[in-house]
Amino acid sequence: MSTTTAPPPEAAPPEHSGGGNDDHGHGHDHGHDPFLAHHFGSAKQQFDAGKFGMWLFLVTEILFFSGLFCAYAVYRSTHPEAFANADQYLDPMLGAANTAVLIFSSLTMAWAVRAAQLGQQQLLVRLLTITLSCASIFLGVKAVEYSHKWDLGILWSSMFNPQLHAHHSPALLVMSIPAMLAVVATAILFGLGKSKQKPVQAKFWGCLLITSAAYFGGVGLGLVVPIIEGAITGETAVEVAEHAAATEHAAVEHAAAENAAVKHAADHTADGAATTAATAGSVEAAAAEQVAIDMTYTGIFFSIYFVMTGLHGIHILAGMGVIAWLLYRSLLGHFGPRYFGPVDFVGLYWHLVDLIWIYLFPLLYLIG
Amino acid sequence: MSDNASRTATAHVHGHSEENYLECAHGWKSWAFTLDHKRIGVMYLVAILASFLLGGVMALVLRAELFTPNKLFLSEDMYNQMFTLHGAVMTFLFLIPSIPAALGNFILPVMLGVKDVAFPRMNLASFYLWVFGAIFFLLAILLGGLDTGWTFYTPYSTTTNTAVITATLGVFILGFSSIFTGLNFMVTINTMRPAGMTWFRMPLFLWSLYATSIIQILATPVLGITGLLLVAERALGIGIFDPARGGDPVLFQHFFWFYSHPAVYIMILPAMGVVSELVSTFSRKTIFGYRFIAYSSIAIALLGFLVWGHHMFVSGQSALAATVFSALTFTVSIPSAIKVFNWLSTMYKGAISLETPMCYALSFIFLFGIGGLTGLYLGALATDVHLHDTYFVVAHFHYVMVGGTLIAFLGGLHYWWPKMFGRMYNETWARVACLIIFVGFNATFFPQFVLGSRGMPRRYARYDGEFIFFHQFSTTGAMILGCGLVLCAGVLVHSLLRGRKAPANPWGGSTLEWKCSSPPPHHNFDWPPVVTEPYQYDHIVYDPEHQGYVEVEDIPEEDEVTGVPVESHT
Repeated sequence: MSTTTAPPPEAAPPEHSGGGNDDHGHGHDHGHDPFLAHHFGSAKQQFDAGKFGMWLFLVTEILFFSGLFCAYAVYRSTHPEAFANADQYLDPMLGAANTAVLIFSSLTMAWAVRAAQLGQQQLLVRLLTITLSCASIFLGVKAVEYSHKWDLGILWSSMFNPQLHAHHSPALLVMSIPAMLAVVATAILFGLGKSKQKPVQAKFWGCLLITSAAYFGGVGLGLVVPIIEGAITGETAVEVAEHAAATEHAAVEHAAAENAAVKHAADHTADGAATTAATAGSVEAAAAEQVAIDMTYTGIFFSIYFVMTGLHGIHILAGMGVIAWLLYRSLLGHFGPRYFGPVDFVGLYWHLVDLIWIYLFPLLYLIG
Repeated sequence: MSDNASRTATAHVHGHSEENYLECAHGWKSWAFTLDHKRIGVMYLVAILASFLLGGVMALVLRAELFTPNKLFLSEDMYNQMFTLHGAVMTFLFLIPSIPAALGNFILPVMLGVKDVAFPRMNLASFYLWVFGAIFFLLAILLGGLDTGWTFYTPYSTTTNTAVITATLGVFILGFSSIFTGLNFMVTINTMRPAGMTWFRMPLFLWSLYATSIIQILATPVLGITGLLLVAERALGIGIFDPARGGDPVLFQHFFWFYSHPAVYIMILPAMGVVSELVSTFSRKTIFGYRFIAYSSIAIALLGFLVWGHHMFVSGQSALAATVFSALTFTVSIPSAIKVFNWLSTMYKGAISLETPMCYALSFIFLFGIGGLTGLYLGALATDVHLHDTYFVVAHFHYVMVGGTLIAFLGGLHYWWPKMFGRMYNETWARVACLIIFVGFNATFFPQFVLGSRGMPRRYARYDGEFIFFHQFSTTGAMILGCGLVLCAGVLVHSLLRGRKAPANPWGGSTLEWKCSSPPPHHNFDWPPVVTEPYQYDHIVYDPEHQGYVEVEDIPEEDEVTGVPVESHT
């Protein structure tokens, strides 16, 4: 991609100026660049400084996450059984769906950089809105996953208390409150912008309204994917929903009663497991013992899972904040062939957030 | 060419076309919202000096308590909190930002010949992050104190009921402040050097700040995530550092020292940069081994990342790991020694003048020499087992951090003080203060080497009677050191009120900051400065009329036969 090129000198081809709001765009005849800070000698120097600064910031981000990847590596080597067992609580299809959503958002972000470079104002606004919406969808899917784990008691170490059946709590609803508020607030601001005939404000809040609503699309996706998955594998939706809780189900195919017995053993010591399982035969005893050992440190996997995905989620939110800022500036027509640095830099950040997820997905979801 | 001719042909000093940065705007808002690197540097200076006062008073209280083997006035718990806060305040609030954020912020753009750092708003944000971090530290004092030691080792830090979370969040915020400074400096040096300012024409202070920035950018994020994990461990019980839940407390030590050992070089590298400037200027001689000093800064920055395990020789690390870390530790002494030898070679046959900054530079070389050489005993596996967690370690790192960083900071402060505030201080009293500080420092910390080698453990509020003499010696030294620092502060404050107006170049320095007025104009330079080789002193001559040095534009004619410049000044 042309994301690494410096702004072209003076006359750039304004071929695709599809925006139509030329009054906001750069006057190509201006002798002085309105976006050139006083302490830089040229637009190129300013662009280079910004780009290098962003790369350095990305280095700090990678090192920030490196501590977590390091902890992951250490504990996966010291407690491999915990990691292998914990993986069954995660639905790879949901992780895959989110991976696809984020990769797509990286595409639209990179395309947005190109649109800015070519001065395609309307396309730029649309692409940024799609990127924002993808981020929302990602968070929606994540909310479904988090709330489901909350219901099953699959939390970090000190709160790790897996249940066989999910108890129905309003966790998903509570997690969705910020998005609901965002929908209401952006809708009101959109209406205000329309009624006061402030087109830039109206467009901006309209785009953010789409973004906020996209969250519920993500929630829908998160709920539908397991059902489709179940339809394909032949299990019912309810079974699939509780698939994660029934770890034994995946390991040994047994009746529900026996599952409960092994489950019971898992919550106690290895001795308890052995005595309980003795009635069910030697094969089951071995299985039960296996499960009993597994459960001891499974919580640490979920500590790492929640810290890593939580921090990643915070980075998604921060990225949404800066992309919204880009969106507003795009609506003001700030970006064009001679000035597109901020779009480029935020794009780099967004790709990094995407990249970290691309590592998290296999490391957390695909290790069973 | 006659003497008169050379005097009249002096180069123009930048700063006549606009007001200086102190007077170009007035009112508190012109400071609080300033984007000028010089004003941000001054605000940093005030802030870190306040922290230094706080940490210093704590140190004196600690030493006073240790005057007797039994309780004097501090309970054991109070003592634990006091040394923890002394260490945390001195490390995170004073030493790390001292030279880079205060002196560096002011001097780096001027030395480089640019108007400002690359991201002025980020620079201001860095300062306010520092302020927020400091507020969190103060909150930690109010919310039950902190008694973990500045290292926050688990499992104690996850079980004590002091304000660990507040203090850790403070460290997290201060980390970002440090990252922003480093990022800004690195981008500024990489992308904004003016025409003629090649990498190898950069003053060595800038090389050292560049090396420091590398560490700030690469190491500090790891401290950030370590702090967050510690907060999560305490607040949520994630078990990452808890053996009962499958975690490992030694992992915390690895994470912590992965930052905190390189952080030692964040503290010492800029100090070495300052000393490089001082030694050359006050010897009126080109720095010896410029490239070696420049590269050794980078070498120290990179090697510093490979030695963190030497803090954990007794933490149950494998014998192989300990051996490797020990060997790597010794490699750091090579670039450090390169610097010391080059400073000595620069002084050899130089025209040394013992102005106050040079007195500090000489103190630095002496004290850093002791601090560095005693480090070898701690890097060696067998001796470290004996010396670990004793006063030997305390004395060693105080020789490097105080004898190194603080002394160089004071040297740099005295060197650039006329540039920063446009006033000269009383040379005699400033030198006296330097002498008292030097004597007081050695009296405080040299006995601690003896204490440590005889088995006095660190962090103890009470001690055995056999150690009384050395402890009382040390405490007396600390009081002398305190007096010296108060005198030093008095001299500088006096200069602000009564000091003679400073010339543009009071010391005969050859780097770019001396080419603008004292204090510098708001935009540093009236026009892009002409950059030549640094550390050339032939064309800088003393002018009694200005009571400072002026630059002679025409290079003195050379004798055709010998190539020696014809004497053009007396």
